[in-house]
Amino acid sequence: MTPKDRTLDIRDGAVRFRVLSAGRGPHLVSFHSFHERGGWSPFLDRLAARYTVHAPFHPGVQGSSGVEALDDVLDLVLAYDELFDALGIGAAHLVGHFFGGMVAAELAATLRPRAAKLVLVSPLGLWRDDAPTADVVILPTEDLPETIWRDPASPVAREWAALPENEEENVAAQIESVQRRAAMAKFVWPIPDKGITKRLHRIAAPTLVLWGDADRANPLVYAEEWQRRVKGAALRLLAGGHMVLHETPDAAAAAVMEFLDGGWTPR
Amino acid sequence: MKICFFHLMPYRFLPDDFETRYRSVWVDVPHSLYDPEKTRGLYHEFLDELEFAEAQGFDGLCVNEHHNNAYGLMPSPNLMAATLTRRTSRAALIVLGNSLAAYNPPLRVAEEFAMLDVLSGGRLVAGFPVGTSMDMNFAYGINPATLRDRYYEAHDLVLQAWTRPEVFAFNGKYTQVRYVNIWPQPLQRPHPPVWIPGGGSLETWEWTAKLDYVYCYLSYFGYKRGKATMDGFWDAIGKLGVDDNPYRAGFLQLVCVADTDAEAERLYAPHVHYFYQKCLNVWEGFAEAPGYRTLKTLQAGVRAQIGAQARKIRQSLDWPKYLEQGYVIAGGPATVRQQLTECIKSLRVGHLMVLLQIGSMPKDLVFHNTALFAREVMPHVRDLWPGHKDRWWPSGAPNGP
Repeated sequence: MTPKDRTLDIRDGAVRFRVLSAGRGPHLVSFHSFHERGGWSPFLDRLAARYTVHAPFHPGVQGSSGVEALDDVLDLVLAYDELFDALGIGAAHLVGHFFGGMVAAELAATLRPRAAKLVLVSPLGLWRDDAPTADVVILPTEDLPETIWRDPASPVAREWAALPENEEENVAAQIESVQRRAAMAKFVWPIPDKGITKRLHRIAAPTLVLWGDADRANPLVYAEEWQRRVKGAALRLLAGGHMVLHETPDAAAAAVMEFLDGGWTPR
Repeated sequence: MKICFFHLMPYRFLPDDFETRYRSVWVDVPHSLYDPEKTRGLYHEFLDELEFAEAQGFDGLCVNEHHNNAYGLMPSPNLMAATLTRRTSRAALIVLGNSLAAYNPPLRVAEEFAMLDVLSGGRLVAGFPVGTSMDMNFAYGINPATLRDRYYEAHDLVLQAWTRPEVFAFNGKYTQVRYVNIWPQPLQRPHPPVWIPGGGSLETWEWTAKLDYVYCYLSYFGYKRGKATMDGFWDAIGKLGVDDNPYRAGFLQLVCVADTDAEAERLYAPHVHYFYQKCLNVWEGFAEAPGYRTLKTLQAGVRAQIGAQARKIRQSLDWPKYLEQGYVIAGGPATVRQQLTECIKSLRVGHLMVLLQIGSMPKDLVFHNTALFAREVMPHVRDLWPGHKDRWWPSGAPNGP
């Protein structure tokens, strides 16, 4: 599926979002993380069969701009609030992975009417001294695969790790990677605990916490922590690593749709 | 020509297998490797070396700031400079510098530099580095996305605190102070000369030139590799239509002087090797936090001095290569004189900083290097820039403006 690719300005262009959209049905907004460089994915393809999926790039990433104008997580949340207006969306299902999971949770806690249902896939945002999240923002290219993929030798992991051989494209890809990580790191540096624990009780949307059972970047203890802190959240583990949405797009999409369609009953 | 003695204050007792057993000399270097009793001795050796350099006729003494770092035992260069105000009387005290974004409020820097300037009788050079990514983003936790913005704002605050005659309010994005009014004020008027140590960021060249400051390139890789950066600086100067007074520039060069070229290798090779193989062994992940460099600088292809690529180059080095590539200027007096002249002329630097204590060099050898340099080399490069006025030298030091 080729998604519609467009840019939407807010604040007279001070912040510009590039948004990929496809599918039909209720609105679903997907928030990416540090290492999803494409924007669209087989996982989103599957969701688009039942939902109108919108996948914005965070400001500062691949055609979205204006991260300089956003100082903190609240600024980012408000920018997304304005993007929803620009998209003509009232409420939507919110799905986010890691950094994107944190953004989705912050949105659901701060702007409750925006969130229909919430799916947090290995979200960032909590901190435990006894189980620090891997510092994946800075891991050198050669160390990254074994941390974020359950099987770094799998075709999907190898395809992801391959850089262009052409010198110019290779340099451009490296600069894109730095810019992408920098844009998100701004909101979570140096430790991703930005006070979300004070806000999580406000989340009213039914919530699914989804995790790869072999996630080496974001340890499983956080899955329990999120389930405990978000009222009534359901927790579901899938066979996979940190990049579970890309490792098993079928199983991940099935789990998400089952939850969104009401088949999965939040406690 | 001004010739300054630069000290990094390296810990010189790292284990022989340090670079293979530990991933980084910086940020997460385990402090189980550190012995406070030995360090006590080191600090006094280092200060002796700085004081000796003044006695040997060096124009300035340079100290700098690093954190979580086994090759730079100087989280506070101001403390070292403070002791030097009492034990020296002539040399410029060049603090290169205080990383402005790390201080909250940055007024602390304005105050401490003012104290140093008054204590030293107006011999202070105020250095304001952005700070390395290792120091600022990792050791001090400062957000790379806002580091430069914070730095520029802090700079404005410090300069205003030194120069505005009235008590004023500062309503910044990162610092808000209702009553800015530092006591003491610096002795030098309107303020101590400002030198900006940089690592090759394009923005820094322009900014430095516009504000009429000295730009210092503190490279560990010598004058041959440093040429591209200094050429970039002089290009930026030319484009801005500013004069090309060589005193606008400073450069750091490692130098080892002996009686003969062969003697230089025998005396210094192990210590130079210690410096490049152990002291610059920095894990790639710490080399540059994402966001530390601006897009413009990334696109210009400026790379870190450390990290994976630099490591590969470094590991292949031996004494002949250190010399051939100009990382170190070493040899008998004639060799050093010839190459140092080439260094100064090709980079067009009026403020030369030399690193004569390198890696694991003990005090007696540092004294030997320093004395030989002062006697056999310094007089021959002293008069290299006739007709240019050094407007960036502290007024309380000899040969001031």
